[in-house]
Amino acid sequence: MRTTRNPVAVEIVGLSKWFGEFHVLRDVDLKVMRGERIVICGPSGSGKSTLLRCINRIESWQRGRVVVDGMELTDDLKKIDEVRREVGMVFQQFNLFPHLTVLENCTLAPIWVRKMPRKEAEEIARHYLKRVRIPEQADKYPAQLSGGQQQRVAIARALCMRPKIMLFDEVTSALDPEMVKEVLDTMVELAKDGMTMLVVSHEMGFARQVANRVVFMDAGQIIEANEPEAFFSHPQHERTRLFLSQILR
Amino acid sequence: MAVDAQPCYVRRALAEPEPPPTASSGAFGLIQQRLFDGVLNSALTIISLVVIAAIAWPTVKFLLVDAVWQGSSRVDCLPETVKREVGACWPFIAAKFRQFMYGFYPQDQQWRVNLTYALGMLLLVPLLIPRIPYKGLNAILFFGVFPVAGFFLLVGGVLGLEHVETRVWGGLLVTLVISFTGIVGSLPLGILLALGRRSDLPIVRTLCIVFIEFWRGVPLITVLFFATYMLPLFLPGNWRIDGLLRVLIGVVLFAAAYMAEVVRGGLQAIPRGQYEGAMALGLGYWRMMGFVILPQALKFVIPGIVNSFIALFKDTTLVLIVAIFDLLGQLRAAFADPNWATPVTLFTGFAFAGMVYFLVSFGMSRYALFTERRLNTGRPN
Repeated sequence: MRTTRNPVAVEIVGLSKWFGEFHVLRDVDLKVMRGERIVICGPSGSGKSTLLRCINRIESWQRGRVVVDGMELTDDLKKIDEVRREVGMVFQQFNLFPHLTVLENCTLAPIWVRKMPRKEAEEIARHYLKRVRIPEQADKYPAQLSGGQQQRVAIARALCMRPKIMLFDEVTSALDPEMVKEVLDTMVELAKDGMTMLVVSHEMGFARQVANRVVFMDAGQIIEANEPEAFFSHPQHERTRLFLSQILR
Repeated sequence: MAVDAQPCYVRRALAEPEPPPTASSGAFGLIQQRLFDGVLNSALTIISLVVIAAIAWPTVKFLLVDAVWQGSSRVDCLPETVKREVGACWPFIAAKFRQFMYGFYPQDQQWRVNLTYALGMLLLVPLLIPRIPYKGLNAILFFGVFPVAGFFLLVGGVLGLEHVETRVWGGLLVTLVISFTGIVGSLPLGILLALGRRSDLPIVRTLCIVFIEFWRGVPLITVLFFATYMLPLFLPGNWRIDGLLRVLIGVVLFAAAYMAEVVRGGLQAIPRGQYEGAMALGLGYWRMMGFVILPQALKFVIPGIVNSFIALFKDTTLVLIVAIFDLLGQLRAAFADPNWATPVTLFTGFAFAGMVYFLVSFGMSRYALFTERRLNTGRPN
């Protein structure tokens, strides 16, 4: 049953997924406690994004269970939408709605999903836009903003739903180097507030600074998970060492 | 790293921004630059001017200069009477104007048609001007209330209004009724069909594909013919549907199939990320479609939608073959009047009908262009 004080935020048990013949997730288990911040890294094609996208069921799977905030995700569309309300997601390509202003992007879901009065939704949106430090862009369209600003809007948009869990899918990979920092700073602040976060990222500095655990994936499996300090200084697995040597240089 | 052997200029001070160079010097300079820039360009300009004049002059001559403006019968439009070359015979149009507008709608009841037009314009114009508020209410009135009000006004039989059978309707009235119904009916139906065709539910998808392919596969003439002459044979004995209504239903279903494919093209242009962004926020299917996907998809295909509208507007002339006399039908009927038989009657009539069709189609086209520009938020500006 669902309780508000459930200490487990996300529980993934024996998760397997195939894209056609390709076995992309192989029997993955992961338990994330409330308030934990997990960074998932690994080579491309290792299934890390897919794993993240299973948590709000943007991807479906063939075997295994995913329980989010005490609710098990099944084919039940009502349940899926209920989980999605509690889980915010930020994408590599921002996925802002180009035909709506920044403010409208942020208020759309609170108004229509949370049934919030427009005025209240706008107040909340402005609050979060201030927190991601772009309150002055509220009436612009996404195409008028820089990549870093757009990604911060995307974070604000997800936060406006007051989610319990936030998923970040390679959110800095599409950004110019100059803009990576402003987005990461926003995420660090969020982490300080105690948000439960699952972050797919290669920003190892961020992982060191923020994560409780770093999870390394390869070939659809979690092959190493450890606290950041231990993970970076004493990687156990040969594959992890190779990966770290390539990205840390 | 070795220093590059190539010399390289490094600025010591940052350059200040400068205004852009001016393109030309006044109107004369502009003309010279654009139209008479070199021998070939000048030659092309002159040839174009000659061609334009060769087309424009006879048109103006026929429509205005040589035209007959006043008269009461064919005699006034004959070269023997006027003693010069005769262009358009406008009195013919004036004499038949009511017929062109209303068909055989009873003359003392024609105010009802005018009232319907007025009501339609009153609701349509504010709907088209972006600055006027209450768009939601306005749209409900125009797309929901107006068709019902218009139906009772035109058909009558209630509130003491005399019943007017659709058999006697004609002219521009029929043209507008068919195109309005076709346009207002086909867009929502087309959207639903397009969504259905992309649905994950196999039965819904199959049904939509069958529907779309069936209606696209048969010519409109066949549809009209079937609706008018064959359908009554299949219906139970005393079940009769009004002739015009049958045609209206046929036109809407026919146009919806085309509209569905236009809309589907727009849906395919929406990147997957938009769906994922909407799904991640917990917007359900209908809200995702209504607020995120369709507004963008429809914006992409405005040219295609308007194309369909214009085609539909002109295709309404085909109802002539099932004995419904729209504007073109009334025109043809008027040609048969011996009282107006002159060498120029045919040209005058078609020139008039052409202008009416052109005005409406061109109006739709320009408004669509305006809308496209207004909705363009994709580029910083």
